[in-house]
Amino acid sequence: MSHPAVQNIAKLALKGSIRVQIRKSSLALTLVSQQSRFMSSKPNYEGHIPLNRFETALLTLGSAFVALTNPRRGDMVAALGETTAGPTVSWLRDRMLASAEGRKILKDRPRVNSTTVDMDALARLPDGSLGKAYVTWLERCGVTPDTREPVHYIDDPELAYVMQRYRECHDFYHCICNLPVNVESELAVKYFEFANLGLPMTGLAALFGPLRLTPQKRARLFSEYVPWALKCGGTARSLITVYWEERWEQNVDDIKKELGLWDPPEARWSKPLSEAKQAAEKRAQNQRAQV
Amino acid sequence: MLSTSTRQGLRLASRISRSTPPRVLNLYARASTSAPNSSSQPPPEPRTASFGFRTVPEDAKESMVKEVFDSVASNYDLMNDATSFGVHRLWKDSFVSSLRPGRKGPMKCIDVAGGTGDIALRILDHARETYADRETTVDIADINAEMLKEGFRRFKKTMYHNTPQIAFHEANAQEMSAFPDNTYDLYTIAFGIRNCTSIPAVLKEAHRILKPGGTFACLEFSRVGNPLLSTLYDQYSFSVIPLMGTVLAGDRDSYQYLVESIRKFPPQAEFAQMIREAGFATGKDEDGGAWTDYWGGIASVHKAVKL
Repeated sequence: MSHPAVQNIAKLALKGSIRVQIRKSSLALTLVSQQSRFMSSKPNYEGHIPLNRFETALLTLGSAFVALTNPRRGDMVAALGETTAGPTVSWLRDRMLASAEGRKILKDRPRVNSTTVDMDALARLPDGSLGKAYVTWLERCGVTPDTREPVHYIDDPELAYVMQRYRECHDFYHCICNLPVNVESELAVKYFEFANLGLPMTGLAALFGPLRLTPQKRARLFSEYVPWALKCGGTARSLITVYWEERWEQNVDDIKKELGLWDPPEARWSKPLSEAKQAAEKRAQNQRAQV
Repeated sequence: MLSTSTRQGLRLASRISRSTPPRVLNLYARASTSAPNSSSQPPPEPRTASFGFRTVPEDAKESMVKEVFDSVASNYDLMNDATSFGVHRLWKDSFVSSLRPGRKGPMKCIDVAGGTGDIALRILDHARETYADRETTVDIADINAEMLKEGFRRFKKTMYHNTPQIAFHEANAQEMSAFPDNTYDLYTIAFGIRNCTSIPAVLKEAHRILKPGGTFACLEFSRVGNPLLSTLYDQYSFSVIPLMGTVLAGDRDSYQYLVESIRKFPPQAEFAQMIREAGFATGKDEDGGAWTDYWGGIASVHKAVKL
């Protein structure tokens, strides 16, 4: 039985007490992935904002408050994810190292945005392929991969990349599970990610997110989507190890069978959001400015 | 049902979190890039200014400060309240009451870098409430149009809107050629002078446009003498304030610049000397003379007179 969420919780419970003792006895700066410093230090990568423990705690509280009251503040949701990640990101990295495909991702460090992914080429792929499904899903929901906040608060550059990869692949999870971007579907994907990857932020979103739903939607979420999410996410292969960019031409159903995924109950698809249009306008503006 | 305070708290909470989405400010990236000089002669030493802890070409500072204030303008008053826990209001109240505008009859005042109108409003209210003076006028001058817009909006909610008592001007404090010599009785600049590229230029212009006998008053963040208070203040400034900027306004860089620029501003005595060099007469070089410290030196008021 390999529910990553359960594994992570068990690991944390065991290691938690031991780690506290180690931290208390050594005042030296430690280069473990967790923030165990008293002083802020130099940045380790572009965009890195080193924080000491007090600042991390403050940011966790502040971003939790803002993320709960205004979930459209993507930067705060991202910050909360990074400050609460703790050791789970290095466990994800270990999972990647354990699979050949994951190791390739760590070596190549691919990024997902409109400059690295050729949307037009994907749109020309045959129906049923991953690339075509992805582009169709983006259009249908009106979102774009360019709005992902870069990682700031994770110290180790490789772990920062793993977190960035998780954030950028979130849309792939939506696409492969055939779920839109409204609140109840996002929560379903969060439950799925928690079961599959075990990040604390997904667990927090899963716990507190449903509070923002109407009782009927909440009932539907817990009766239909959550069982699917936990079962499917828990038994499927760890999706962080999937090198999506090398699978554009593959058939979506074949991929699902390979990874051990199946579709959730039919979701409610609403009007597309304006994010994609806004991003396209900004891109056109930048191009005009350059010319 | 919910009590009034809870309801107000919730409203404030949603107001805070419904802030503008984060602006990506590449201030520090821009500061470090410079065009390579390919001429054979060694280039003349470029004039530099401090932008927080960084040193930037002098011409660049103005536009970088403009970017900062364009970014913070919409949340400016909220962030002032949050980062100072409302204490800035006490400081500004003390500042204006110590000037006693309107005591000797109507005054022509100019509030420079006065964007959102905090000081101007207090001057007009003080003159009206204490001295029943409705002829005192305040000209607000600010280099940043976004801040002036916020000030204009705020004044629309008061009785001074559309009266000759208030006027808004977009002007650079270092170069106020649109303002004639010897015009004003009172020149105030609150929390603005440290953002200017050349403080002596600002002081020279202030000296020019003030009438003889006119007062120059500057409220600015300054040096804290007490080492314990200074340590706590530094910790707070560098840890908490940029985080507040990140969480409340989605903008860390602007608030990082703001706290760094405070550290780069000259200490009280040095600034008093600069004021004298511009031609003003000040009190003695001590707390209570040329300047008055608020809260141990966290803020300080420098006053001087044009003779």
